[in-house]
Amino acid sequence: MAELREELKEKLIEQLSLEDVEIGEIGDDDPLFGDGLGLDSIDALELIVLLEKDYGIKLKDPKEGKAIFESIGVMADYIAKHRTK
Amino acid sequence: MIKEKYYISDFCSIRDKKVFKNGEQLYIDSESDSLKDFGKGIYQYLELKYPKFHKMDELCKLGFLASEVLLRDSDKLDQDTALVLSNRSSSLDTDRKHQVSIQDREDFYPSPAVFVYTLPNIIMGEISIKNKMKSENAFFVTESFDADLMSKYSKILMDTGKATNVICGWVDLDNDKYDVFLAFLSKKGRIELTKEELNNLYNQ
Amino acid sequence: MKKVYLVADNIISPLGFSTEENVENLRLNQTGIKKVDDNYIWSEPFFGAVVNNDKLSEAWDIISKDSGYTKLEKMMLISVSKLLAENSSLDITKCGVVISTTKGNINSLRDDSYKKAYLTSISKTVQDYFKLDHTPLILSNACISGGLALAVGKRMIQSELFEDVVIIGGDLLSEFTLSGFFSFQAVSPAPCKPFCKNRTGISLGEAAASVWLSSNKKNVTEEVISISGDASANDANHISGPSRTGEGLYISITKALKDAGIESNQIDYITAHGTATPYNDEMEAIAFNRAGMKNVPINSLKGYYGHTLGASALIESIIARHCLINNELFASLGFEELGVSESINVIAKNHKKELKRVLKTASGFGGCNVALIIEKEV
Repeated sequence: MAELREELKEKLIEQLSLEDVEIGEIGDDDPLFGDGLGLDSIDALELIVLLEKDYGIKLKDPKEGKAIFESIGVMADYIAKHRTK
Repeated sequence: MIKEKYYISDFCSIRDKKVFKNGEQLYIDSESDSLKDFGKGIYQYLELKYPKFHKMDELCKLGFLASEVLLRDSDKLDQDTALVLSNRSSSLDTDRKHQVSIQDREDFYPSPAVFVYTLPNIIMGEISIKNKMKSENAFFVTESFDADLMSKYSKILMDTGKATNVICGWVDLDNDKYDVFLAFLSKKGRIELTKEELNNLYNQ
Repeated sequence: MKKVYLVADNIISPLGFSTEENVENLRLNQTGIKKVDDNYIWSEPFFGAVVNNDKLSEAWDIISKDSGYTKLEKMMLISVSKLLAENSSLDITKCGVVISTTKGNINSLRDDSYKKAYLTSISKTVQDYFKLDHTPLILSNACISGGLALAVGKRMIQSELFEDVVIIGGDLLSEFTLSGFFSFQAVSPAPCKPFCKNRTGISLGEAAASVWLSSNKKNVTEEVISISGDASANDANHISGPSRTGEGLYISITKALKDAGIESNQIDYITAHGTATPYNDEMEAIAFNRAGMKNVPINSLKGYYGHTLGASALIESIIARHCLINNELFASLGFEELGVSESINVIAKNHKKELKRVLKTASGFGGCNVALIIEKEV
């Protein structure tokens, strides 16, 4: 699981172009949106694509994303449980 | 309608790995071999701290950086400073990226962060957000820099009171070839706004 | 300042190849949105409003034998040809020409004829076809392009660059844009329902249209209708998300009213953008309330045409002109129950109403907004 979390942090920085952020700065339980990493609505949509493309998870309702993308920890748990690739 | 005299108060360009402001070379980068690194170099030179910059596509980065250079040490900007930009290639540079992501139906993953940049006027959105400009915008696509159009349309905006000042110019990117020129037009300055002067400055 | 009259117009859309045919279909509350099963655009059926290719070929054969034009070019050229045929006093070679499009011949990117993907190829096509001395101007400003083009045309006339301007607008329903809006989770699985509680996103559409703007009142043969106010403003908030306060739209509306020299209570009808995405419609309702227009009858024509991008605000302005001529309002198709937090007066049924002034608005990616006041002389 720790490995998946690190992988996700790397992907987030790469896919969401968080140039000024280092992997070590993202805590497993830090909120990704709002005051945390400060991601916005386009980032949320981009994370939906990432789930599908890299882990074969297609959200039935994009609104589910809000809960899943709460933090790296929550995201990793969800992916571990639902991944198809 | 008041027909006043207008001036080109400041101007800048980004081309051939160099950045110029009011005719003076501000920055040169002969080392970086990608446009991305060149842009990052200018970003660092300007000592900007603006995470949104890194999310922009290359066209927006160029337009954004030029606006930062143009507005540096300037207090001329206000909420009614209009943006009138133009180019030849629209957003084709990013259009091609989006097209690649959908070319293969078996490997079909369009990216929202790419798609949002498949419109040339997003440059003006980015500049407006950074500078809190809630002003007139227009993006024209022409074969080459059209000084006549830029000066006339900008004058219309100022004559009719729709804008107090105008940032006009050319922000083009096509297959790594880029050409950026912005001018700040207002009621103050040394160079009177005419299409000839604007064209001269563009060709400098 | 010179008055700028809306003299004549044409619409090429799934609802017909003349403005009259389009208006007749709106009167019947007929929608152009259908289940589209076309593998060239999308691998699965989806709801959209597409122009029938056979019908287009038929119309094209009447004006030309040359098959070397794209679908969008044919739609635009047919639209302008009809406008010219119906208005013998219109000499397009003496007019300023503004073309409004967001993506032009974007299909050319996948079909390996990439040169056509440059928007300037369309201005060249129009210039060559109508043998114009100067190259038409392309305006590409996201979803407000069609409305902003009318504002640009008005400004060109008022600053005495031209006496007459022809505005041409058009965009296709392409895989390119559809895939993008799908990635934004913004495409409705059913025909779109603007301002409705049950709305689930946009339906895309395709269309072309043309308008003759003139400063010469002698050209006006029907009701005298002018663009009396115009303004655009940026939200300065987010590149894709609508402003939560409707800031840019509110500013555009107040400035356009000021430009026209009228108050908000003098507006009889609002033809809104109304894309039917949750956030857009909410933003518009907030802006109209801030502008003191919550009781003004309002509709969105997206339920009839889908979102036709660079053509949409132009088509909606043309329909507004005909609503003024005929003193009638059309139901906001797809609307059942109000689904925005601020109250607005959505038109539920077609009805006759004495109209003098219409507000047209549009908003788009990049935070851009435009407002036009279209006014009838009475």
